[in-house]
Amino acid sequence: MNIHEYQAKELFDRFEVPSPRGQMAETAEEALKIAQEINSDLMVVKAQVHAGGRGKGTFKNGFEGGVHLTKSAEDIGSIAGKMIGQTLVTKQTGEEGKLVRKVMVADAVDIKHEYYLAVLMDRETSRPVIVASTEGGMDIEEVAESSPEKILRVFIHPLAGLQAHQVRKLIVGLGLKGPAAKAFGKVLKNLYRLFASLDCDMVEINPLVETPDGEVLALDAKFGFDDNALYRHPEVEAYRDIEEEDPREVAAAEFDLSYIGLDGNIACLVNGAGLAMATMDAIKFSGGDPANFLDVGGGATEAQVKGAFNIIQSDPKVEAILINIFGGIMDCNVIAQGVVAAVKETGLKLPLVVRLEGNNVAAGRETLTASGLAITGADDLADAAKKAVAAV
Amino acid sequence: MSILVNEDTKVLVQGITGGFGGRHAGLSLDYGTALVAGVTPGKGGQNFEHGDHKVPVYDTVAEAMAETGATASAIFVPPPFAADAILEAVEAGVDLVVAITEGIPVMDMMRVKEIMKGSKTRLIGPNCPGIVTPGTGPDSTGGCRIGIAPGYIHKKGTVGVLSRSGTLTYEAVWQVTQLGYGQSTCVGIGGDPINGTSHLDVLKLFNDDPETEAIIMIGEIGGSAEEEAAEWAKEFCKKPIAGFIAGATAPPGRRMGHAGAIVSGGKGTAEAKKEAMADAGMVVAETPSGIGQALLDAWGK
Repeated sequence: MNIHEYQAKELFDRFEVPSPRGQMAETAEEALKIAQEINSDLMVVKAQVHAGGRGKGTFKNGFEGGVHLTKSAEDIGSIAGKMIGQTLVTKQTGEEGKLVRKVMVADAVDIKHEYYLAVLMDRETSRPVIVASTEGGMDIEEVAESSPEKILRVFIHPLAGLQAHQVRKLIVGLGLKGPAAKAFGKVLKNLYRLFASLDCDMVEINPLVETPDGEVLALDAKFGFDDNALYRHPEVEAYRDIEEEDPREVAAAEFDLSYIGLDGNIACLVNGAGLAMATMDAIKFSGGDPANFLDVGGGATEAQVKGAFNIIQSDPKVEAILINIFGGIMDCNVIAQGVVAAVKETGLKLPLVVRLEGNNVAAGRETLTASGLAITGADDLADAAKKAVAAV
Repeated sequence: MSILVNEDTKVLVQGITGGFGGRHAGLSLDYGTALVAGVTPGKGGQNFEHGDHKVPVYDTVAEAMAETGATASAIFVPPPFAADAILEAVEAGVDLVVAITEGIPVMDMMRVKEIMKGSKTRLIGPNCPGIVTPGTGPDSTGGCRIGIAPGYIHKKGTVGVLSRSGTLTYEAVWQVTQLGYGQSTCVGIGGDPINGTSHLDVLKLFNDDPETEAIIMIGEIGGSAEEEAAEWAKEFCKKPIAGFIAGATAPPGRRMGHAGAIVSGGKGTAEAKKEAMADAGMVVAETPSGIGQALLDAWGK
């Protein structure tokens, strides 16, 4: 789940991780009012969409840039007016772009130095790791590649938490002194508290800036939350903005299906996450492009299969469908009946290749044959992938 | 021989009175598993009934162990209570805990793993299909089935199967059986980023098991557990290994169904895993349909 920049600021405020003064606005008038309240020499207005590359993006109305610095509150208001209600295209949004509903207005602070600071869940050690660097504001993976000695790492004991000596180690390692050292220590402790309290799997601040006055502020942040723990953080879950999500994925979530939209033209419907990934790979291996990842799960119902089939069929990019089911405990006939029910409702508009194997497979195949639908059968996954690619 | 469990292993099920736990407890009984006890807090004294079977239910794991001699536990407890259930089993001194539950928060598992350090208990999973050691009866019955795998696809034999995912494991097991061979033990270690037992741990067990002659290792994108296992196997594994990795076409930064299946920061790619496995002398299949053939090639059959 992604959150907006203004929501990240709300979380930082709640855990006392300092960030520049600012607020979200939904209209040009609100933006103007916020800018007047901030009343600073230099301010920034940023379009709020879940996509990177906003600064270099272009609005469909011709207005350039989703991030603007300006000295006057009036300018903030008029720029916000050109952003809100318009569609922003960046290198990450694709051609269709994203509709901007909100902007963030904030103080543009003076910067003495930019740092990098993140807390991540490290898989190898099964514990959180703090990653810090003096090389902020850049792509941290490039820094790790070119000058690995500039990346500091501190591993946190899962039961003991962040220790004072670990904070000191990072302060010394980053070369921080005086009020900035003290301020950084506070940021770090509060950031770790946020990470642990909200079940994050990542909080990345890049850049974390030191101002000439020795303040340390989070300028831009990326959050990753553990979806499995959202049930204990309803306030975080409330940040979900479904307008920003792929409508196919939103529809799939309603049926409790695990679905990820891709750019290819061969859709697949599979039971099990590992097998679903392997099915995408097999399509690619046969020279095609998968349109999605779709796992109907181990205990799918006829309604779920029907829902899944409808989502696939309503995707305009899809030109062929591959169903790959290994029914272990799951009854192959349930899948077959779901497919037939869905097709009877919507009609079969596309070539459909079905590979069924496992529990009650004979009845499943019989259901498909008896339906009279133009379904291509397949012996195994490799055969199914070949047939689906050939059908496009 | 087999690894981790055999037909004599006495098994208890935590969460036996739930729909999911009960259904699979029944299937395990049908398979011939020595399922001797259930645990559901507040339901001690009741019985779990399935066909002719009557399995006593206890309030705590400690009681169930003391009364029945169970040494392994299957966890079918809902995610918010699963970490506590695992720790209860650990504290009671169970040898093996198999956590089937999907959706346990990562922070919970991180703490569980830390607390388990130094304990005698081995954890398999969470978010895994479990373990099957096939028996010699019809449809492989008479063995030990802990978890949710379909028993009938198995056959008693000498191939060790190890995987992170469920249906992909069943594919591999089914192909081995169709080819006329069978399995020593099949272990699903689970699709979560933090799990109790790694690819490497299971590989070592298969390597030391006199009954296992060849191994199938199935992995997927995310983390570096497969690379770690391959590095070890290159030098120390005495047995032929066939492999498969799922997720070559997964877009970076997206979680592919399993919480642990994600390529992030250029790490955990299928390509790197396949390379490490091939470098260790494993025969890596390009699609799941090729796993059986890869096994025959690696095994020289």
